[in-house]
Amino acid sequence: MDLNFTPQEDAFREEVRAFLKENLSEDLATKVRNGYDLTRDDMVGWHATLQTRSWLAVTWPEEYGGPGWNAVQRHIFEEECSLANAPRTVPFGLNMLGPVLIKFGTEAQKAEVLPRILSGEDWWCQGYSEPGAGSDLASLKTRAIRDGDEYVINGQKTWTTLGQFANKIFCLVRTSTEGKPQQGISFVLVDLKTPGIEMRPIKLIEGGFEVNEVFFTDVRVPVANRVGEENQGWTIAKYLLGHERTNIAGVGSSTEALNQLKALGRKVKRYGKPLAADPIFAAKVAEVEIDLEAMRMTNLRMLFGRSDAQGSVSSMLKIKGTVIRQAINDLARRALGPAAAPFPSEEVIGNFGIAPPEGAANAASYFNNRKLSIFGGSNEIQRNIITKETFGA
Amino acid sequence: MDFTPTDDRRMIADSLRRFLADTYPAEHRNKIAYEGEFHDPNGWAGLAELGIPGALVSEEDGGFGGAGFDMTTVFEEIGRALCPEPLLGNLMALRLYAAFGKSERVEALIAGSERAAFAFDETDAFGDLSEIATRAKDGKLTGRKTVVYGGNSADHILVAAKSGSGTIGLYEVKASDAEVLAYPMIDGGGAAEIILDSTPADCLAEDALDAIEAALDAGRLALCAEAVGAMDVLKDMTRDYLMQRQQFGRPIAMFQALQHRLVDFSIEIEQARSIVIHAAGKFETGERALAVAKAKNLIGRAGKLVAEEAVQMHGGIGMTWEYAGSHYAKRLIMIDHQLGDTEDQLHKVIALTDITRAA
Repeated sequence: MDLNFTPQEDAFREEVRAFLKENLSEDLATKVRNGYDLTRDDMVGWHATLQTRSWLAVTWPEEYGGPGWNAVQRHIFEEECSLANAPRTVPFGLNMLGPVLIKFGTEAQKAEVLPRILSGEDWWCQGYSEPGAGSDLASLKTRAIRDGDEYVINGQKTWTTLGQFANKIFCLVRTSTEGKPQQGISFVLVDLKTPGIEMRPIKLIEGGFEVNEVFFTDVRVPVANRVGEENQGWTIAKYLLGHERTNIAGVGSSTEALNQLKALGRKVKRYGKPLAADPIFAAKVAEVEIDLEAMRMTNLRMLFGRSDAQGSVSSMLKIKGTVIRQAINDLARRALGPAAAPFPSEEVIGNFGIAPPEGAANAASYFNNRKLSIFGGSNEIQRNIITKETFGA
Repeated sequence: MDFTPTDDRRMIADSLRRFLADTYPAEHRNKIAYEGEFHDPNGWAGLAELGIPGALVSEEDGGFGGAGFDMTTVFEEIGRALCPEPLLGNLMALRLYAAFGKSERVEALIAGSERAAFAFDETDAFGDLSEIATRAKDGKLTGRKTVVYGGNSADHILVAAKSGSGTIGLYEVKASDAEVLAYPMIDGGGAAEIILDSTPADCLAEDALDAIEAALDAGRLALCAEAVGAMDVLKDMTRDYLMQRQQFGRPIAMFQALQHRLVDFSIEIEQARSIVIHAAGKFETGERALAVAKAKNLIGRAGKLVAEEAVQMHGGIGMTWEYAGSHYAKRLIMIDHQLGDTEDQLHKVIALTDITRAA
């Protein structure tokens, strides 16, 4: 047992800290800290900043322009970014499509697509879910019918996150209706400028816009845009979802959110005293802090190679990590009392001085983060994954 | 960072696990834990022969372990076997004797030739040493100590009492000089009321508060590890039962309502294991008290969840004395009653972290 990082790892952490101090503007960090919406420019700009050090595509090997980090370095980097309130990088090109192409793509696909992700020329979004295919993703119906050198795609995708900023989309499409549903799926790359595609925003519970529906009507896509073999898309889909689960616990981001909650508790008053002095509030904060402390260690245990049950540990981290994050959001919303309600929060609460600006988005963030236990494989689906491993079935 | 146990600790765990499995099969365990001396004196001798008490004390104090991870290694196995031996009381006594340089006593406890217990709680002062009423005067103690773990089978009792100057002192009495009312506990193992009435006592220290807090933290850490061992076993028993029990023509493991509940308590067991590793890692640092309090709070919550859910998912069988799982559930529930429960620990975490001040 040795619970210390090595001197090299500590030095790496210092290097990351110094970089963030130098390159993350206070304006951007404040927006992130307060939970305000980021613009496309904010995100693309942050990507470019990271890429000056090749620190953008953290999971990619060096030969493709990544930093070639191991899991521990990625962990340290992500933790420091969270604690500094750096924007989270947009994962669709970096953590999803990139690793898929590196594993399954042709040389031509890699050469064409990967550099454009790093340069910011392309913004990829994800075409996985459909109205009738959520947790049961393999039942997807969007059809791709071969016509010479092209596929003709008809159907609908949904929950496409930040599709409004994207120029490309990777999709799971049905290329066969024979056999098991998993066996007739292919993975294709589509330019959103292709005729026949329509993107419509979906307004979310808190009033924000981050997801979209995408409609495909006779959209013609070159067969060369298929990744992997025809009807082998399910293998790729599963590989991609595995990558989606890295950093799933969000320990760094929950730690920072808990720090913010405590700071807010010192600022807002209840019964003539800071809320932080209220014993019930303090007890609830302490309980979350203890759960988070345990999860920090669970996360490290997975990272430093617990020999058994890696798969189910990552599902456990997804469940517990999202539950903890949502508990912090819940406390942060309640900390404001009636001042959490005015809408739209950023403008009204902030501008009228109803609550400290860093708390203005707390109700909106609470509602928005209910998504955490739903997306990326709902927490119920994660329980099914763990069950499979528990019973060996 | 490295989460693999050292070879020494792995060897202790392996030999202890084998010894406990041989010595305390469920039926035997459930008999001795509630009858006679509420433990098995031969089993105690066997533990000493294996060197288990020695693993709980540092080398410079006469043992060969004594670190946080040594204690958790031993007590996780104690928990797995539901061993009713008075190791908790002896652990705290050992650490106190060692803290005050009583090497002859440490030696005797490690050899297994003597047993000791630590008496701190009083009926009106649970977990609150500042409120204790037991007094030392002219080398004699007067007062009553309650639910003293292993007090039924100890040769000497270490007693926390108010000194003449009002500090919390530590005193040793011979068990034969005190009135000892022995009884078993609901989850097995023995304890006693210790009644002192001008009982002759040796003073180890007039002001022993820091050493007492450290010994109690050692006890808490041990209980946390014991709980993790017990939870692991109970989880496996529950999983096996769900696969074996048939209703509606199939194993009840096929029902998602049960699957997801098993997952939820498995997650809490992982969290419990993590927080114990955290506390053991911090045990020799200035963050000991906070880390231990965090651990015991989480263990209290997780233990209750696992115990209640395991009984529920077993149905009627889980309610029977005959089924071994019910005893594990009982132990998990009662661990929360020892050395400060979830709420006590939460109070401590709140006090030690003090969120009214910026970090």
